Amino acid sequence: METPRGFGFPPPGQHGPAAAEAGADAGEAAEPAPLADDAELDLEADEATARVEETLEALDAELVGLASVKRRVREIASLLQVDRARGQFGLSSSKPTLHMSFTGGPGTGKTTVAMRMAAILHALGYIRAPRVHVVTRDDLVGQFIGHTAPKTKEALARAAGGVLFIDEAYYLFRPENERDYGQEVIEILLTEMENERGDLVVMFAGYPDRMAAFFSANPGLSSRVPHHIVFEDYDHGELMQIAELMVAEENFRFDEGAREAFSDYLTRRMRQPRFSNARSVRNAIERCRLRQARRLVALRRPLGKQDLITITAEDVHGSSVFTEDAEDEGNAETAGDGGGSGAGEGAAG
Amino acid sequence: MKFRHGTFSYLPDFTDEEIGAQVAYALSQGWPVSVEHTDDPHPRNVYWEMWGLPMFDLAEPDGVLAQIDECRATHPGRYVRVQAYDASLGRQSTALSFLVQRPAQEPGFVLERQEGSDRTQRYAVRPYATNRPAGARYEGG
Amino acid sequence: MTISEESTETKERWDPGVQSYAGMGYWNPDYVPKDTDVLAVFRVAPQDGVEPVEAAAAVAGESSTATWTVVWTDRLTAHTHYQAKAYRIDEVPGRPGEYFAYIAYDIDLFEEGSIANLTSSIIGNVFGFKPLKALRLEDMRIPVAYTKTFQGPAHGIVMEREFLNKYGRPLLGATIKPKLGLSARNYGRVVYEACRGGLDFTKDDENINSQPFMRWRDRFLFGMEGVNRAMAETGEIKGHYFNVTAGTMEEMYERAEFARELGSVVVMVDLTVGYTAIQSMANWARRNGVLLHLHRAGHSTYTRQKTHGVSFRVIAKWCRLMGVDHVHAGTVVGKLEGDPATTRGYYDTLRENHVPLNPANGIFFEQDWASLPGVMPVASGGIHAGQMHQLLDLFSDDVILQFGGGTIGHPYGIAAGAEANRVALEAMVKARNEGRDLLREGPDVLRDAAKGCRPLEAALATWGEVDFDYTSTDAPDFVPTASPSV
Repeated sequence: METPRGFGFPPPGQHGPAAAEAGADAGEAAEPAPLADDAELDLEADEATARVEETLEALDAELVGLASVKRRVREIASLLQVDRARGQFGLSSSKPTLHMSFTGGPGTGKTTVAMRMAAILHALGYIRAPRVHVVTRDDLVGQFIGHTAPKTKEALARAAGGVLFIDEAYYLFRPENERDYGQEVIEILLTEMENERGDLVVMFAGYPDRMAAFFSANPGLSSRVPHHIVFEDYDHGELMQIAELMVAEENFRFDEGAREAFSDYLTRRMRQPRFSNARSVRNAIERCRLRQARRLVALRRPLGKQDLITITAEDVHGSSVFTEDAEDEGNAETAGDGGGSGAGEGAAG
Repeated sequence: MKFRHGTFSYLPDFTDEEIGAQVAYALSQGWPVSVEHTDDPHPRNVYWEMWGLPMFDLAEPDGVLAQIDECRATHPGRYVRVQAYDASLGRQSTALSFLVQRPAQEPGFVLERQEGSDRTQRYAVRPYATNRPAGARYEGG
Repeated sequence: MTISEESTETKERWDPGVQSYAGMGYWNPDYVPKDTDVLAVFRVAPQDGVEPVEAAAAVAGESSTATWTVVWTDRLTAHTHYQAKAYRIDEVPGRPGEYFAYIAYDIDLFEEGSIANLTSSIIGNVFGFKPLKALRLEDMRIPVAYTKTFQGPAHGIVMEREFLNKYGRPLLGATIKPKLGLSARNYGRVVYEACRGGLDFTKDDENINSQPFMRWRDRFLFGMEGVNRAMAETGEIKGHYFNVTAGTMEEMYERAEFARELGSVVVMVDLTVGYTAIQSMANWARRNGVLLHLHRAGHSTYTRQKTHGVSFRVIAKWCRLMGVDHVHAGTVVGKLEGDPATTRGYYDTLRENHVPLNPANGIFFEQDWASLPGVMPVASGGIHAGQMHQLLDLFSDDVILQFGGGTIGHPYGIAAGAEANRVALEAMVKARNEGRDLLREGPDVLRDAAKGCRPLEAALATWGEVDFDYTSTDAPDFVPTASPSV
């Protein structure tokens, strides 16, 4: 038992959460002595490296395309691995700042990547649990004076030791309203992000153009977010791949006609407003299944396995994008999932 | 005099690491945790002032520790305790309660007596601190 | 079935003379117990030559409507409704000549809210019945419908904790020693020292009532002086279980009322006062906001031997219905009888709201307590601070650990003994909450705690090696594959 310090003595605020975390993990062995100057460290043999590699592979398998995103994730992972290795040689450098921004359209896999990133950060010991707490403005901003700080602190408390993922972060900033409580949230976040001892990682996510405006209006915040990952919209080919994966995952398949029809569907749908990449693909497939079911029931004959798993061109062509009134499909979709980009944004996951 | 209050009142005062470990235990049991403070340490003073609402759905103790720190910073001269609640059926009561701050000086309690008939006595325990008005009872308030 | 056959059967059943109990309908293997039936399982040892089924039927008969001969007046009643039915019989594994007989009783056989009536039926005459060598009531299932006719614990575990403002750890107590002979003034001294040292409660022993060396009223006055002084010195609520056991109910009420007027949070009675007196005291305790402690004085005369008597798990059930707040339930590691599995069964019965079937712990029936408050079990008798890790591991938080000798016999004095126990307890709870393995690391935790607490160091040096390792007489016998019998 160490010499009891006791709570009667520390001046308030002196021993913050960071000190206590050490206590929570007291079971772990003390820091090992630094490696000798001439020692060598095999990153490949490192257990944490193996887990990072596993996570990266899972990310590759899980998400179609997104080559640049995957490259950035790998870069960040490498940076942290090297940083960790330097630490093992006793080479001190300031603790890396890990806050990130994920910019891209809806349905481009931001949440999925955030989950995987959390797993990597956890494997390397930068956060305590591979946990992502997803919030939007409504979870942080209060309705009246004195309401915002407790709400934001509550969100921080729930995310503690993991990742706080703020979706559509730019809604926190409303320059047109000087008294908007969003500014208070930004200040509290900034304090938390500047806390050297803290291990909370904040990720900001949203549309690229609006995020750019948000960061330029909040330079303090921007300077604490060194890692920017840009999520490109998927191209047609990638979306087809995603569709095939989703269909297979649900134990269905497109027949030749359906495949062609779905490709045609995508071309049309991508030109329409409110296109949400992988999420739109998932919604479209859901509706194809609905039409398939309707078609099968209407057949009024015994059904075989092939009947049950096959989606035909007819099932695809029933979509309203093939009719004049193209707006319907987009509207149905927005209504269907609330238009947010929460955890469902898994693409082909 | 040392005010014996809460689950761990006979152990040396907890360090923040030790507080964090107990809070982590409470959270692992699914118990929400809250922070309370008082300058009236009467043994039957049940309702200490609440420092905010109980914190629900936390995975890590950091948020609670931040609230403890804020409460201690605001009321450096008061008793501060952590309460954990078990909401499960058949329990629905406090599950754990321990001090995380005590005033530097604890004058203790006076035992007041009132003679009754037939050798009986009426007893009352009263904290010396409550001789003074609320807010001015301990150094630092 | 033809009409003529039925009338023959009827005729035989009601022939004057002596009939087999089984033949009179007290054995009915096809009977499916109703949710409202009171169920009992007896360990039956029939005399040589008595068929087990007939023995079971006889128990059912003698504990319900039957007498030794056929009486025509049965035919003026709905007799099949009122007769108890033995519906299942199992051989006791490893005990030749003994059988577990399961018997169902209709709820109409019992007066609402009366343990006296329940026991007069179920253990009334039948235990002296000649065709049996021995008989033991092993367990009972009290149906929700009957449970709801009882007040139940005056306060219960949760209310007691809120009342005392003590959470998250077992409570600590000690019985004042020597049991007999101390003057009231010296007795109060022990109360004061033990409470100020860190115990939550002190306790009168079962046979401290109002003897020539110390009359009850004097004990109460000096005892409360000690309790209140200790409260002022620590700032926490303390109590002394004043034993109000007396020769008459009037006398018990007078003593309890005096304790209440003095501000005592708790009084106690002995099991020897009888079930009805205990129920009356429980009602009084709820009306007056005073906790009721029950000492199970005398129980071992009928609970300890596994062939004959009543299992303590049944007594525990009755205690919960009768409405006491505390009852002694064994220590496993101390000086008094207590097999670990059996004791675990008692604790579950007292504390849990729903107790599942668990023959390995001696629980023969699923028991639903329908939110009747829990009774705080008391572990008392030959336990000391050096066993704290085992005690916490066995019993968890809702228990009162009583260290009489382990407090009062401390070489540095009573207050030091109390402090040693309290520090050991809190250190162990802290270690458990931090995720440490109590059984493995417990001794280390104690040693570490002792570094900052000299009284604990001395306690460990004095008693660290003491244990009472004897074979228990009342270990459960059970059919490992027993299927749910309800």
